[in-house]
Amino acid sequence: MKLPRYMLANYEQLEAEALSRRNADAERPWLRVGTALCGQAAGADAVVASLREALEDQGVDARVSEVGCFGLCYAEPLLDIQMPGGPRIFYGNFDPDNAAEVVRSHLAGGQPVVELALGYLAPDGAGDDFEPPAGLRDLALHPMRVWENRIALRNAGNIDPFDIYQYIATGGYRALNRALLEMTPDDALQQVNDSGLRGRGGAAFPTATKWRFLAGNPSRDKYVLCNCEEGDPGAFNDKAILESDPHTLVEGVILCGYATGARKGYIFIRHGHDGPIDRCRAAVQQAQELGLLGENILGSDFSFEIEVALTGDSYVAGEESALMEAIEGKRAMPRFRPPFPAQVGLFGRPTNINNVKTLSYVPEIMSKGGEWFASIGHERSTGTAILCLSGPLNYTGMMEVPLGINLKDVLNEAAGGIRDGKRLKLLQTGGPLGGVLGADNVDIVLDFEVLRNAGAILGSGGVIAADEDTCVVDLTRSLVAFCQYESCGKCFPCRMGMSHLLEVLERICDLKGEPEDLDLMRSTGENMQAGSLCGHGQLGFNPVSSALRYFPGEFEAHILEHQCPTGVCQRPRFSPVRSRRQG
Amino acid sequence: MDGLEQRINRAVRSQTQPTVTILSSLLAVEDELHYIPREAVERVAEFTSATVNDVWAVASFYPNFRFQPPATRQVEVCWGASCHLMGAMAVVESVLEAAGLEEEGERPDGSLSVRLNTCLGACSQAPVMSIDHHLEGRVTGESAALRVTNLLNHEAAEVHAR
Repeated sequence: MKLPRYMLANYEQLEAEALSRRNADAERPWLRVGTALCGQAAGADAVVASLREALEDQGVDARVSEVGCFGLCYAEPLLDIQMPGGPRIFYGNFDPDNAAEVVRSHLAGGQPVVELALGYLAPDGAGDDFEPPAGLRDLALHPMRVWENRIALRNAGNIDPFDIYQYIATGGYRALNRALLEMTPDDALQQVNDSGLRGRGGAAFPTATKWRFLAGNPSRDKYVLCNCEEGDPGAFNDKAILESDPHTLVEGVILCGYATGARKGYIFIRHGHDGPIDRCRAAVQQAQELGLLGENILGSDFSFEIEVALTGDSYVAGEESALMEAIEGKRAMPRFRPPFPAQVGLFGRPTNINNVKTLSYVPEIMSKGGEWFASIGHERSTGTAILCLSGPLNYTGMMEVPLGINLKDVLNEAAGGIRDGKRLKLLQTGGPLGGVLGADNVDIVLDFEVLRNAGAILGSGGVIAADEDTCVVDLTRSLVAFCQYESCGKCFPCRMGMSHLLEVLERICDLKGEPEDLDLMRSTGENMQAGSLCGHGQLGFNPVSSALRYFPGEFEAHILEHQCPTGVCQRPRFSPVRSRRQG
Repeated sequence: MDGLEQRINRAVRSQTQPTVTILSSLLAVEDELHYIPREAVERVAEFTSATVNDVWAVASFYPNFRFQPPATRQVEVCWGASCHLMGAMAVVESVLEAAGLEEEGERPDGSLSVRLNTCLGACSQAPVMSIDHHLEGRVTGESAALRVTNLLNHEAAEVHAR
């Protein structure tokens, strides 16, 4: 495709503007506070308020940005301060009461408060002559950082998600410009094909194959949907990407639209998650204002728009056909397939659906090439995994690690092992429909197939650790209670099967289980798998089957000996089973 | 303050996104009123050229919709798997006890409600609760109960002052 010269100048102008803004900003001290959901839950709002107040009281000029998630969630609220040209100094678990002291000493006096600091990061482009600040550790060597290879998260925690120019200054939208200038839609699709990228929403389906289904459909009205209906307990990376770097996703959605010939994209988020919604809406609007969305993007003949659509609380709305029902304003219940979305999708039009993480890889794949992405990872699992680590670990948070690294290393090294010197009992991965892995089985590489064969799935990247005090039956009951609560009710094997499983698990937890209960659950699980339209029912037995696989003895102790080995079930407990959907 | 009908009307009509549906209209009403009154169901049906039954079907599906005005203070406790492992059950119990409730629901005086949430989205800070939709992480049974007691005392003082 031959394009006029002014188009190139268009992007270059944006880039020049972004760089000049960055240079102007670099002359002032910069305070960044993590205000993603993890930061919010740790009290980031109070930190931001206290810093603004201290700056004003002391008459100090500085820029305060609310950034996303840096990954070190365990240390939230996380503040980092960068003096002009200097390193970033991080303060973890920051107490708003210390704001005045930090502003006085660090910003006004130029002396970091070493006893409050977590560490430092060298500034971009620091050479051999960089002198590390005294008494602080290098966060590049932090256990959670050394294993990382950040692609989708490359800007997370570094840039202001509300400022499109900061994204452009890091090379943002260059991939889009390059694709529009130098690539046909087929070329762009080929890059994704070469990358080996597979869907990160859970099914790990090859992305390029999915895109081809849509690209091959001659219809003029086609949609691409981005699924951020992230309801998995233990996973927050989709929301974190939107909160940290929404433009990466917006650029990915546009590129997907270009490669597949779609004219409109939807980004689908759960109502009530205001952080991700506000940041995503702002990003879409800014992209429109700069001509990166809308008619004739960057002067090309490609036009594309994005709408942010909201759903009510429903876990099943994350299933692709239920998601389309919800965008159409109906109950989020899955559809029969065929026809598949690439033939009859949203509003009856051909549609492609991808997860946030999948699309967030696309800009880097386009700019560095599919082969580069394919060189990272393990066999057919190319690229990285974005993991959310939670549970009683020393370091909880979000990490982006190359696929193929050992899960044991993530756990023991990166996450610092289990707190208080306790032992790991199991890992729960891939959300409530995933499975558990016994502690003796975590010595495996991160790879879609390897994890699936082990009875767990990588899924959306949630990794929940449980220590020796955990009762497997009680945890399974909690997971099944979630699945039961969230069953949409369309297919009776899922609707009734989940209730049935929960009833049996409640009985076992009450130490009143019967020996035939295990077979009863197995046959219920088989029926759910055979008779449900979507993954919710098909995979709904996973938590039980994987727990039975790794901890048969613990179920037997409950049922045959009427004993809970960990004592959890002997104690009075609250049961979430009562919390049914109520009017 | 405008009457209920005006507020419903304004909420439904001020939607700026291109795709306006039953669900989006109900969400707009919820943002404005924090509940879905009967009048809103009728208005949304009229606005989207749907039947009242269609609108009820959607409204009754999503558990975030409620049909009574909300309590003054809304406490939610997460019971997702991460929070469960980090002690959510103890938090639920002590929050309910401090709120004087047997199970999730609202106090008779309307001052406070307790609901359970399947995932509040800050799993790395488990266990998590929220107060009027502001997240609070790494809570314990004691700290959560203290927060609820303080909220109730605060509300009682407000009522007294009036």
